[in-house]
Formats: sequence, structure tokens, C-alpha cells
Amino acid sequence: MSMTTDTPTNPEVDSGSPGHTPTGSRKGRRSGSVTGTARLASALVSPTLLVLAVVVMYPIIAALYQSLFVSGQRLDAQGFVVEGRQFVGLGTYADILFGPAAERFWNAFWNTTFFTVVTVALETVLGMAMALVMHQAFRGRGLVRASVLVPWAIPTAVSALLWRWIFAPDGVANAILDQQVLWSSQAFASKIAVITAEVWKTAPFVGLLVLAGLQVISREVHEAATVDGASAWRRFWHITLPLVKPALVVAVLFRMLDALRMFDLPFILIGQQKDSVETLSMLAFSEATNVHYGPAAAYATLLFAYVALIAFVFVKLLGADVIGEARSQVTKSRGARFRRGKGSAR
Amino acid sequence: MTTATGDARRTTRRRFEIKKWLPILGVAGIVLYCLAPFYWMVVTAFRRPADQYDLSPLPRTWSVENFLAVFEPGTGFGRALLNSLIVASTTTILTLIIGTSTAYALARLAFRGKNLVLSLIIATSMFPGISLIVPLLRLFTDIGWINTYQAMILPSLSFALPLAVWNLTMFFRQMPQELEQAAMVDGCTPGQAFRRIIVPLAAPGMFTTAILTFILAWNEFIIALSMVNEQNMQTVTVAISKFTGATQYDQPFGTQMAAGVIVTIPLVIGVLIFQRRIIAGLTSGGLK
Repeated sequence: MSMTTDTPTNPEVDSGSPGHTPTGSRKGRRSGSVTGTARLASALVSPTLLVLAVVVMYPIIAALYQSLFVSGQRLDAQGFVVEGRQFVGLGTYADILFGPAAERFWNAFWNTTFFTVVTVALETVLGMAMALVMHQAFRGRGLVRASVLVPWAIPTAVSALLWRWIFAPDGVANAILDQQVLWSSQAFASKIAVITAEVWKTAPFVGLLVLAGLQVISREVHEAATVDGASAWRRFWHITLPLVKPALVVAVLFRMLDALRMFDLPFILIGQQKDSVETLSMLAFSEATNVHYGPAAAYATLLFAYVALIAFVFVKLLGADVIGEARSQVTKSRGARFRRGKGSAR
Repeated sequence: MTTATGDARRTTRRRFEIKKWLPILGVAGIVLYCLAPFYWMVVTAFRRPADQYDLSPLPRTWSVENFLAVFEPGTGFGRALLNSLIVASTTTILTLIIGTSTAYALARLAFRGKNLVLSLIIATSMFPGISLIVPLLRLFTDIGWINTYQAMILPSLSFALPLAVWNLTMFFRQMPQELEQAAMVDGCTPGQAFRRIIVPLAAPGMFTTAILTFILAWNEFIIALSMVNEQNMQTVTVAISKFTGATQYDQPFGTQMAAGVIVTIPLVIGVLIFQRRIIAGLTSGGLK
């Protein structure tokens, strides 16, 4: 957009800073300091890249490799028992997608997708509502800000236990609803329990992200629209929403990627190997703990591919600005606004 | 005519009243939504085990019996707290040491492929934990790292490091460029400018990053669950998930809630003290 025209904070554009501006056109005189900068940069960046190569890149590639083998005892074509690792190529994937493991895989796949779509949709709507309230609120602002952080700070393991207690047969949920729902064993009820707990924990967080986006919108835009006679709804739909969209898209992307790897919550709240709530992460975990490394690696790889696909779609089609080219501008202008508006805001 | 204007005035006044009360109602709604489940955990923890299923908003008789049950020998809870502390603080320190210099380079130095590196680092934080754990579990089994701290700390860097690098990069970008320029005019090399000028001034940003990283590492579950199968190496989130308590109830919810309160209260206090910093860090990072 047109926002990218003035970028005084951007070091590349900020000419006149000695030793900092190896813009291709004027090397030569400064080439010495350019190589110096490059050497320093690679020295500073490489430790992080090295660690990430060990703990992220290696496992991803190793999982792909391991998924091509099966290990343990099996019967070969002649009916003899064979031990050890055997190369099966894409055989494990065929089993998972169409063969004997397909039912469990697709169940986990649909559970994961269902949880992701439903929780992220609810979080977005609730988070948006919370952000609008927080943006309007003058009284109790500190209280809201503090309480919004509480669900986020509680470990998922603890919040899963907490919701298991709330959804216990004699728990407070059944007492409030005046029902006798068996939340942990009825299929649909246990899905609802997981969704409730997840949305409780993360909607306030989405609210915070959206609030940060809202605070960037200058009041003048709203005032002008009000003077022109735009209703509150139209102002929301035509001004607020388009302007917070960049922040919202990034928030939704991060929430989706997080929801796709959901593990702790269904694992503790409902339990292991429950068809109704088993996610792809839980399925891979259960295979790995049973030392079925081949299938576990295949599930892990499939989940990774799914996550990568979603991320790709968001970045390419919806233009999620993840590394914050535009958002660095936003932060800057927010800072400027904050400094300018400090006197009048309090 | 007169009635019409009267009606109009009444509706405007009613609208004004609604406008005045709506934000307060909204605030109350948000606070209730966020705190009610947490409140229920605290209340349950302070009931006597016999009153566990009471639904009264305050305990009939306040009791710390549940808290004593948490620390009874055999639960391994104290040890688990220590393990979590070791894993989370080591992860935080390592992350800051490795991440700060990288973030500085990404924010300040101009070099080829900078955006690619930053995108790559951010991308790694999106990878599902289980995709990393399955191969690492096998690797750590082969090299005898199961039930060690490093088997939990090293994989934790996979989510901690990208978050820290991103947050610190944003922080460094906001610091005025003139600082290093002045230092370099005075004859510092970029490296010296970083060590002598930037690091001391970056302390607030590093502190915020440290809090966020510590909370994420403290709350981590799936890595700790996979890499450890001995009780005395469990972190607290794993211990709590396996908690059957010491008292002989079929479901010791009271004990579990007491354990939850113990694990959560330090975080909640920290969050309340540093809320401004945390929110600034979260909204600039947008991660997790």
C-alpha cells in the first residue's frame, strides 16, 4: 500500500548512517566496512540458525526419512517373522490414507480441522468484541487488561484440569445447566468441552492483538464518518474492520497454526485414545509412545504438511504480513500517536 | 407534536443511558469471563476435601488440607516444581544469549537475505511440536538422553528462540539509530557499539522477552511428557496431569486444583506486575 513510501526507521533507506548503508549503488569506497558488516551479521545470526537447524530442520527431514521405514516384528510375504527396520517407501502413507489405518487417521484429521475452524471462528468473534469493549472502556481499563492476561498465563495443562473439574459429572457446569451431561464420555459433549476450554484460554489473547490494531486507527477517521452520518454499524464495517484487518489476519493465522497442533487440552481434559477428540498430534504421540516410529513419523509429516499448506494459503492469498513489513510502520506510528496523545488520553 | 418531541427526547436519553452503561457492562462481562473459571479453581482448592462437591461461592470451612496433600511424599510435586524451574530458566537464559545478537543483526545491520532469515526464523515457530518430537524422541533414545534436562531444554528452544528473536528485533528497531551512530563516530566498531551502548539500553526489551519465554517454557507440556518417563524428572505440568493425589478419593479434584493454584499463582502475580510490558511484547510479537 501507500504506507511504504516513508520509512525513516528502515536502516536500508536511512542513508547518511556511516558503515550502515551498503546499498548496491555505492560500494567501492565502503566495501571494506560492507564486508565487515556482513561478517558481523553472519557471526550474530548463525548461532540461532544453527540451533534451529538442529531442533527444527533436522527433525522435519528425519521424520520424512523415518516415515519411509517400518520397524518391529512383522510377517513377510512367506509368512516368516522378520525383525528390524524395513524400507516400505510410501507404504505407510498408503496405509494411513487408504488402508487399515485410514479410519483412525481421517477421524483425527477431521477432529483437528473441526476444532481449528470452530475455535478460531469463535475466538475471532469474541476477541473482536472484547477488543471493541476494551477500546471504548475508560473506567476499569487496568482491571480488564490484568484479567485478560490470566487465561493466557495459566498453563494449558492446568486449564485442562480446571475444565475437567468444571465439566465433571458432579461439577459446576452440570449444576448451572441443570443437566446430567457426561462431558468426558459423550462424543459431542466432549468436543464442546474441549472447544469451550480452548476458546476461554485464547479469545482474550486475540482480543489483545486486535486491540493493538484498533489503537492505531486515528480518532479523526471515526469522527469524520460520524459527522457524515454513518451509523455505528457502518463505521465498524467500513472503517474499523478494514483497518484492523492486517492485525486480524495475522492473529487468525497464528491461532489456526496453534489450534492445528492442539494436544495438551484434549489429552488431559478428555483423555488419550478417545475417538471423539483425538487430534493429529495425539495420534502421532500415541504411535510414538508405542514405538511405532514409522507411522508416528508419517502422521507428524502429514500434520506438518497440513500446517505448511494453511500458512502458505494465508500468506499468499490473504497477504498475511507475518514478518511485519507494514506492521513495523504500524508500531512506529502507534508510538508516535502514543507520544502525541499522551497528554490528552489520560 | 409535543408528544413526538417528548418521545424523541426520551429515546435519546435512553440511548444516552445505554451508551453510558454499555462499556461498563462489557468490562464486567470480560472480567467475569476471564476470571470466573480461575476463581472456581481457587475456591475449590481452599475447601475441605469432604466439601469438594459443594457449589457455594465461598468455602463453607476454609482449609489448606488440599495444599498439604499436594506436597505429601510420593506425589513428587516439590521435585517437579524444581525441575520446571530448572528447565524454564535454562531455556530462557540460553534463548536470550543466542537470540539477542541475532535480533540485533536483523534489526540494525544491512545484509543480503535478511528478510529471508527473519521469515525462516518466524516460520520455524509455526511448526507443530509433535513433528519435531517424534524424530527427536528416537534420537534422544539412541544417545541416552531420555530423562535428562537437556532433552527437554533443547527442543524447547524451537519455540522459545523464534519468539525471542522476533520480539527483540521489534524492540531494537524502535531504538533510535543515532545511538550507535554517535558511538561509531566516537570510534566504536559496530560490535563495540552493540556491547557497550545497545545491550545496556536494551535491558527492558530483554526483560520482557525473558518473561514471555519463561512463561511459555514453564507451560510447555508435550516435550516434557515425551522426553521423560521417570517421576523424579517430570516437570510440573506433566506431574499435574498425572496427579491422582495422596488422599483416597476417586477423583481428588480438590488436590488437583490446589496443585493448579500453586503452579499458576506465581505466573499470575508476575503477569499482574509486568502487564504493560507483557502486552507490549505480545502484541509486537503476535506469536503463540
